[in-house]
Amino acid sequence: MAKSHVSTSINGEPVEYLCDPGDTLLDVLRNELQLTGTKEGCGSGDCGACSVTLNGRLVCSCLVLGVEAEGAEVGTIEGVGANDKLHVIQEKFLEHAALQCGVCTPGLIVSTKALLEENPNPTEEEARYYLAGNLCRCTGYDKIIRAVMDAAETMREGA
Amino acid sequence: MVSVVYEAPDSIEGAVNLLANADVPAHILAGGTDLIIQTNGSSDAERLFVDVKKIAGMTEANLTDTALVLGPSMSCAAFTECDDIKAVFPGLVEAAYLIGSTQVQGRASVGGNLCNSSPAADTIPALIANGAQCVIAGPGGERTVPVEEFVTGVGRNCMEKGELLKQITIARPAANTSDAYLRFIPRTEMDIAVAGAGVSITLDDNGTCTAARVGIGAVAPTALLVPDAAAALVGSTLDDAALQAAADAASAASSPITDRRGTVEYRRQVVGVLVKRAATIAAERAKGG
Ligand code: FES
Ligand code: FES
Repeated sequence: MAKSHVSTSINGEPVEYLCDPGDTLLDVLRNELQLTGTKEGCGSGDCGACSVTLNGRLVCSCLVLGVEAEGAEVGTIEGVGANDKLHVIQEKFLEHAALQCGVCTPGLIVSTKALLEENPNPTEEEARYYLAGNLCRCTGYDKIIRAVMDAAETMREGA
Repeated sequence: MVSVVYEAPDSIEGAVNLLANADVPAHILAGGTDLIIQTNGSSDAERLFVDVKKIAGMTEANLTDTALVLGPSMSCAAFTECDDIKAVFPGLVEAAYLIGSTQVQGRASVGGNLCNSSPAADTIPALIANGAQCVIAGPGGERTVPVEEFVTGVGRNCMEKGELLKQITIARPAANTSDAYLRFIPRTEMDIAVAGAGVSITLDDNGTCTAARVGIGAVAPTALLVPDAAAALVGSTLDDAALQAAADAASAASSPITDRRGTVEYRRQVVGVLVKRAATIAAERAKGG
């Protein structure tokens, strides 16, 4: 089977890759591009561990084909902070101990960033609904929500 | 592993050609939220995916003076952001908003929900309530099918090989018309309907219902148009007796199954309650209240 050639942009950088047309974007990120920050929890769109943005929209990368990224802009967890500086959302997750095993964390941080870009001042209920597609087996969610609300407040003050 | 051939044509004709001439199982790829999962477990050696999102109009919605023309592959996330459409068809937008998580909304589409043809699809009762028409393109040209005739069974619809859903159109409703969609799920979010009801109501200046359409979902192999429920509402002021008659008609029209989400008796009862409540909300909205 011939591989497809794809030109895309990941975290603002032009990237080219070859993939099987049946490979998901998640497969490509992790196996082809070694961007292993994006996690696979379920591979069926249920858990949100694989969350990335595609042309600014939050999506499950396990439900996108690698070939569909042609000409698109992809945002992953690797693009959230800078090399030597964590994003406020990442700092708040640490501060509030909003993670244990950490498998859900990249997806939650990417989703939280998308939430706060859309709605910088969410109510707790809005945050919980927006993040309902990100499952966490460990924390019980409460610390995550506290981190999200604190990050939102800090980002509003900084703005 | 399935080997996939991926094509992304930029015209309807191109897509129809690919679909019509495929010698392996061919699938239309819109948001992929159902298709990619279904293919994961498949035993087919080879499949053709025709990505229709590069075709002009497929991912846009246009509300004109006369109609809503909806590109079937527009993501629910983009669709539910259209305030002009929400003002005219709030129930349809609510139904689209109920599909999956934020992430799934980013890809899933109304047309995909329709073509996947699940009995529990949320948008189908809302489309039925609004009298939506499906414009289907195929090798022999275009045909238009009312949405209540589009789905023919569990996971099955009227599209033949080589055909493709090109547009969903809904005529702009008469003055003092509005709609609502309600579903019942045991949780508050991220679940599949146990029962659903979409209702559109038109009122005259005295608050008498002059036209209605009722669609129900998850209580039969396909979502159903229930003319008897609508007839029970028309001519009334949506008083308790009329609402109860509509609820009874919806319950009578249903033929649900028992599964882990609910029993036959429960679904039959709940679908009636949802019709009542959706009719009441639609009428409030039709009053502009
Ligand atoms: S891995 Fe994609 S949603 Fe779970
Ligand atoms: S920290 Fe383990 S799944 Fe969330």
